[in-house]
Amino acid sequence: MAKSLNLKEKSVFLKALFHTLCFFLAFIFTTASAENNQVIDIAYLTQEKTPPPQLSNLDVFIKNKGIFGAQLAISDNNTTGQFTHQQFRLKAFTVPVDGKVDEVFATQIAGKYSYLITVLPADAVLNIADTAAGKELLLFDAQTTDDALRNGQCRANVLHILPSRSMRADALAQYMMKKRWDKWFLVVGTSAADRLFADALKRAAKRFNRELVAEKTWEHTFDARRTAQSDVAVFSQIDDDYDVLVVADEQGEFGEYLDYRTWSPRPIIGSQGLVATAWHPTHDQWGATQLQNRFLEQAGRAMAEEDYGAYIAVRAIGEAATRTHSAQLPALKNYMLGERFALQGYKGNPLSFRAWDGQLRQPILLAAARSMVAVAPIEGFLHQKTELDTLGFDQPESQCHWNQ
Amino acid sequence: METMPTNNPTIATCIAKWRLTSSTSLKQSLSMALGGLLLLGMGCAGAETVFVTLEKDNALAVLDPLAGKLLTTVPVGQRPRGIAISPDNKVLYVATSDDNTIKMLDASTFKELGRLPSGDDPETFALSPKGDLLYASNEDDSLVTVIDIAKKQVVKQIKVGVEPEGISVSPDNQWLASASETTNMVHWIDTKTQTITDNTLVDPRPRAVQFTPDSQQLWVTSEMAGTLMILDVKTKQIIKSLTFEAAGVTADKMQPVGIAIDKDRRYGYVALGPANRVAVVNAQTFVVEKMLLVGSRVWNLAFSPDQKRLYTTNGVSNDVSIIDLDSQTVTHSVGVGTYPWGVAVKP
Repeated sequence: MAKSLNLKEKSVFLKALFHTLCFFLAFIFTTASAENNQVIDIAYLTQEKTPPPQLSNLDVFIKNKGIFGAQLAISDNNTTGQFTHQQFRLKAFTVPVDGKVDEVFATQIAGKYSYLITVLPADAVLNIADTAAGKELLLFDAQTTDDALRNGQCRANVLHILPSRSMRADALAQYMMKKRWDKWFLVVGTSAADRLFADALKRAAKRFNRELVAEKTWEHTFDARRTAQSDVAVFSQIDDDYDVLVVADEQGEFGEYLDYRTWSPRPIIGSQGLVATAWHPTHDQWGATQLQNRFLEQAGRAMAEEDYGAYIAVRAIGEAATRTHSAQLPALKNYMLGERFALQGYKGNPLSFRAWDGQLRQPILLAAARSMVAVAPIEGFLHQKTELDTLGFDQPESQCHWNQ
Repeated sequence: METMPTNNPTIATCIAKWRLTSSTSLKQSLSMALGGLLLLGMGCAGAETVFVTLEKDNALAVLDPLAGKLLTTVPVGQRPRGIAISPDNKVLYVATSDDNTIKMLDASTFKELGRLPSGDDPETFALSPKGDLLYASNEDDSLVTVIDIAKKQVVKQIKVGVEPEGISVSPDNQWLASASETTNMVHWIDTKTQTITDNTLVDPRPRAVQFTPDSQQLWVTSEMAGTLMILDVKTKQIIKSLTFEAAGVTADKMQPVGIAIDKDRRYGYVALGPANRVAVVNAQTFVVEKMLLVGSRVWNLAFSPDQKRLYTTNGVSNDVSIIDLDSQTVTHSVGVGTYPWGVAVKP
């Protein structure tokens, strides 16, 4: 025990020594040889959110999803940078709930940064991307999942890190095909986001030849005489038999109530039950444990999808800067969208960007609350270039034409 | 032990091998084999023993590769991964990652001899040619820890890139090469000063590094780019980079990991992870001459002492493939346990 304490003390001392050394080195570099040290400045922009209603006390509202991921990646980039003489700096801007995102962008970011990470909804991303100053920078969207932003509303200056709704729906459909869950009962919430996810699920059903035996909307009609127990049983009693209940409830307003309460015993999949996600606390393969541990140490909580998105965005900039020995936007962007870009994302396959719509190409985790069930693309779904492109809008189907 | 069963496959294989390699009479060889058996407690004279760490079983599998048999499984500690044997073949070193230590085991009795202060979460490590120093990669802390084995003390901690993994000492004891998976670099550490003198940027997620026996080259695998890079030790530059192809396997499944290079540098062997293959690379021309189908997610490789066979750990199919190198064919597959990871061989 005493021995291990000594070692720990020693390592703390060494760490302190190292940090002091780093500080002096950084000092020397910034003062003496600025031309030897390329500096890459990255802005991070988000807006505070008000806590939504929660079904479970276990899901604590996290108000700062994203930033710790960006900070961890900056520190990873700088560890590499000490050998390549590149320095990465992050400046975070958080707009209050009643503040204006456009104003903060215009006054504090426009013209000052070439790289911007956003954890913002779709309309805010488009507003920024379409300004004159926005067109001069490269925007990394670490929050949205909208297919529209990757198709008709795509922008040449925006890259999307998290998987789109269609990629997630395809991942789920591949798994259901493997399990021969052929007949789906689709249950959809009333929000616009729920309907978009339902659209993606219906597209996936068609692509993978699944049968949609019924579709119902959960209306949130409350009746004091009823409980969730009887409510769900009555709601899920439909004429046709089905293999699986597929739910689209992105905010989590009722989906958690479905499991164990349906009329027929059927698995729940979609936004609740078995979910499709870019990252998950149960994920421990391909070195993911290392990233989970580093993140936990830094943030004191598990890594959320937005944290992973911001981490990957900053790492992508770092990887491109290291490979091109440049800090310049055209060189880095060109490299990122090129064939040689291969980013380690702790999910087995190398990550890269789809050159036709700016979407990050990546495996998708299919996870239950406490167990990683599968990783899509599911084995057996083939593609002539990369199996990762069996998920979401492939090049021939894409309606994004910013390349021309 | 007096009533030795005559149909024991271990002994039978052993005798057959003995007859092939010596002109002594059957009776003589049998008595020698039995003597060896009594001395070693298992196996036989002339037969080697293969040790495989089982990451999920917290155990060490002990194999007789000539008989193609699992002899025993020994509990060894939490999440064992890296494994090596001392130059005198007496001590096994096993990184038990979740115990945060490298254990020293008697290579015959598997009794614990001691523990080395490896730092947190040791995974891979390398021994100096003389076997006096051990260099461990500390993935979570971006460090290489240098340990004096006799004193069981940390001599130095060297700051390297993010997530150091592959580590190798040149046979001439000049260089220690450490690869960091997220920084994508090979760090060249001068073994005399124990400081980094050079860094070579390599393809994404470098996994294994291996010096050629002549210490002239360093071979490095990149899991993400799917490449094998050959680095010249003098210039520290990549002199050749090659990729792998097999019918029915997409490029992103080609994820090279473990490397083994024979003593004459005729052939190098590269484990290709989820491609379930070992590539046979001509170490003079760098042409991939053959692809051998082995178990699922092939991970690490080790030669038999005479370099006539190669042993592979297959992480997903939970077995070891045995490759005959004269014919370059896979001859056996031996089930060992859950998540076989590292492999070491005792003559």
